[in-house]
Amino acid sequence: MNKCIFRILPILTLVYFGFLIPVAAQTAIQGAVIYTMAGEPIRDGVVLVEGGKISAIGTRTTINIPANYQIIEAQVVTPGLIDAHATAGLTGIYNQPQDQDHQDSSAAIQPELRAIDAVNMQEKLIDYLRGFGITTIHTGHSAGQLVSGQTVIVKTTGGTVESAMLREVAAISATIGPAAARREGSPGTRGKQMSMLRQELIKAQEYAAKRLTANEAKSEGNEGQGAQSLARDLRLEALAEVLAGKTPLLITVNKAQDIATALRLAEEFGIQIWLDGAAEAYLLIDKIKSAGIPVILHPTMTRATGEYENLSFETAAKLVNAGIPVAMQSGYEGYVPKVRVVLFEAAITAANGLGFEQALATITIDAAKILGIADRVGSLEVGKDADIALYNGDPFEYTTQCTGVLVNGQLTGDPPR
Amino acid sequence: MFQQLRVCLGLAMLAVYGLTVGATASAIAAPQTIAWTGATILTMEDQNFEDGTLVVRDGKILAVGPRTEIAIPADAQRVDARGRVIMPGLICTHSHVGGIGGADSSSPIQPDVRIYDSINVKDSGFKRSVAGGLTTLNIMPGSGHLLSGQTIYVKLRRAQTIDDLMIRADDGWIMGGLKMANGTNPIREGSISFPGTRGKAAALVRQHFIKAREYGDKIERAGENPDKFPPRDIGLEAMQEVFQKRRVVHHHTHRHDDIMTVLRLANEFDFRVVLHHVSDGWKVADQIAAAGVPCSVIMIDAPGGKLEAIDLSFQTGAILEKAGVVVGFHTDDYITDSRFFLRSAGLAVRGGMTPQGALKALTINGAKMLDLDHRTGSLVAGKDADLIVLDGDPLSVYTKVLQTWVEGEKVFDRDDPQDRLYAVGGYGATHDQIPYFCCYHELMMLMLRQGGQ
Repeated sequence: MNKCIFRILPILTLVYFGFLIPVAAQTAIQGAVIYTMAGEPIRDGVVLVEGGKISAIGTRTTINIPANYQIIEAQVVTPGLIDAHATAGLTGIYNQPQDQDHQDSSAAIQPELRAIDAVNMQEKLIDYLRGFGITTIHTGHSAGQLVSGQTVIVKTTGGTVESAMLREVAAISATIGPAAARREGSPGTRGKQMSMLRQELIKAQEYAAKRLTANEAKSEGNEGQGAQSLARDLRLEALAEVLAGKTPLLITVNKAQDIATALRLAEEFGIQIWLDGAAEAYLLIDKIKSAGIPVILHPTMTRATGEYENLSFETAAKLVNAGIPVAMQSGYEGYVPKVRVVLFEAAITAANGLGFEQALATITIDAAKILGIADRVGSLEVGKDADIALYNGDPFEYTTQCTGVLVNGQLTGDPPR
Repeated sequence: MFQQLRVCLGLAMLAVYGLTVGATASAIAAPQTIAWTGATILTMEDQNFEDGTLVVRDGKILAVGPRTEIAIPADAQRVDARGRVIMPGLICTHSHVGGIGGADSSSPIQPDVRIYDSINVKDSGFKRSVAGGLTTLNIMPGSGHLLSGQTIYVKLRRAQTIDDLMIRADDGWIMGGLKMANGTNPIREGSISFPGTRGKAAALVRQHFIKAREYGDKIERAGENPDKFPPRDIGLEAMQEVFQKRRVVHHHTHRHDDIMTVLRLANEFDFRVVLHHVSDGWKVADQIAAAGVPCSVIMIDAPGGKLEAIDLSFQTGAILEKAGVVVGFHTDDYITDSRFFLRSAGLAVRGGMTPQGALKALTINGAKMLDLDHRTGSLVAGKDADLIVLDGDPLSVYTKVLQTWVEGEKVFDRDDPQDRLYAVGGYGATHDQIPYFCCYHELMMLMLRQGGQ
């Protein structure tokens, strides 16, 4: 019996022990190699952490560790990893109706659905991801409706969405292609999808113009009929932010024809888009590159069926080599595994032409740049958030464990994973 | 005009056909004796060889050992394999490739259904399997039934029909198991014939086994008298093979109490069983070990997705190994892609399993679960030449399967562009395999016929 408890204890811990343990706010991380993602790796290096931020970084010979600092050692040190597109927090481990809030199917276009109202920061799947060194996730409404709702960027700190927030509205999630086609109702075809999406964006353009007129009238003290006649419309307000270039449209597209459609839409409305999924992106490299659009690539190990039938493990390498910004993602999973680990997905790209450091960039600095959060996270530099992952070997190796994680300078309680 | 065109096309096809047959024939007529020298050879037996030689002749392993000690036959084709790792072909004890369809919705218990009546051997899943280094599969129907049919053990030879893949016992018996499942998958609430609860599920299974026993008893009592034989029942006939311990039950089961239910049934009806998936296996490792039942573990990236898999852990393999259980792995393809099967061992080592134990779980232990360990699963003289050539440590993410050999024939070569497409993906990688000579032939005959009319 004792033996049994001894055996299961680590697992129980692994499953239930998901909160942050406050430690000395001043910490020194010593690494045999530190991948800062802002220059060459540092051999035998040190990162000093103070007040949740990185206060110094360099080789051990150049950094003086103050006496009162807690010292943590690791073989390999990287920035906390970034999952550039997830649904964890809106999708939960139990996969029961009460923990699945990633998609509402009552209407095809619902950009007004806020991720902040749906994300459960204490979801076990988020704890699980953090244990592999993932400290930031871009999560929210999933693909599967023409416009399914908003996304949010959070740290994997647990607590509340307010305390974990990096960006309240990261993007609005849209889908073009068979995944967003409705068996009953509209849109049932690709042609209809684009008709509906374009019409809604045009409505939002008109709404924004009317609002501008009304606001001008208001600011001129002329609060006449213009202002009063414009009722607030959350749906059009959200799309107006896309049209104003404040919120990117995250468009999930996998077939080459749908990727081309997404590019056409971006050009017509002059909006910022992120290509998501993009399984056949390797067929349209020149077009994507000349449009200057980043790709948040499907998980490498996504099942090669349906729209993903032509996926290649080498797509990330091909896109990066062409100069297209690429970030890796965990995506959405409807069954098992209920969540993918972006570290594992990047590992497969590392082994299939991308190489170690470029692959690491897709889940650190390049992801941060695409998501617009590189001022805070994505690399180990003085002044940035002290989000740090520690490993006992090459992080991409199956047999390596993540031995420690810091978020905002706090060591998490996660056991080696 | 059109007829002329058709005749021309037909002649062109004839030329292609000739070339194809020629090419295929020459591929088949490759040297029958091959010797790899200088490789790291992971035998899955007691001893590995750092600088080893492996000799294959007529589809069998002729010799394996240190390079300095193995004599290479004069007629052998020599392959310099320095820097390569050679290990047995991988054995997946639980796969769903082949576009299969097992039991239908008519009943929760269908031992009469043979999965091999449904397999498309041109399914790209077979190409992805050999790309992942798999050489032997147990192809099973799904887990949505208490008993969903007969499984089949296959070798991934080049095949025109399922007969080319079958593994036959010495007496010609087509080797396979019986697929069963418990827990939530076979439960269909509101159905008349399917169980609504675990208690009902176990009752239905026990009643079925009792009925099958009685059928066997009737046959026994009939002795030599054909008049006393019960009417033939192909489902109950298959069950007799279970009682004879020839047909092994492959049982899907996740939760600790469901695992115990399987052990209880196996004890009551005295059948051989392999536990599959065993998400909660770590909770009842000692009980599984005491029952002497092997476990085929699935390695999944995260727990959850279904209530029974909430406590799934990378440590399951390690805990079962320590308890003394024979541990294997499976892809459950399509649940995990066969191209990533080596990864299962890597993740199990991450969870604490010994590297040697994890590699055995991919090979010889799987062979044991399929009663094929006398033929495959380790590199030892006399066994089938089922092997893979790797460019590095099998537990590393960076390692690639370069070649896969089944019974002395190369069935995957990463240097072949078509094979490589299936290995890494790309446009067309999930289409059915491009057929070789059969369909050229048929097309050609069709065109000649039409041209001649």
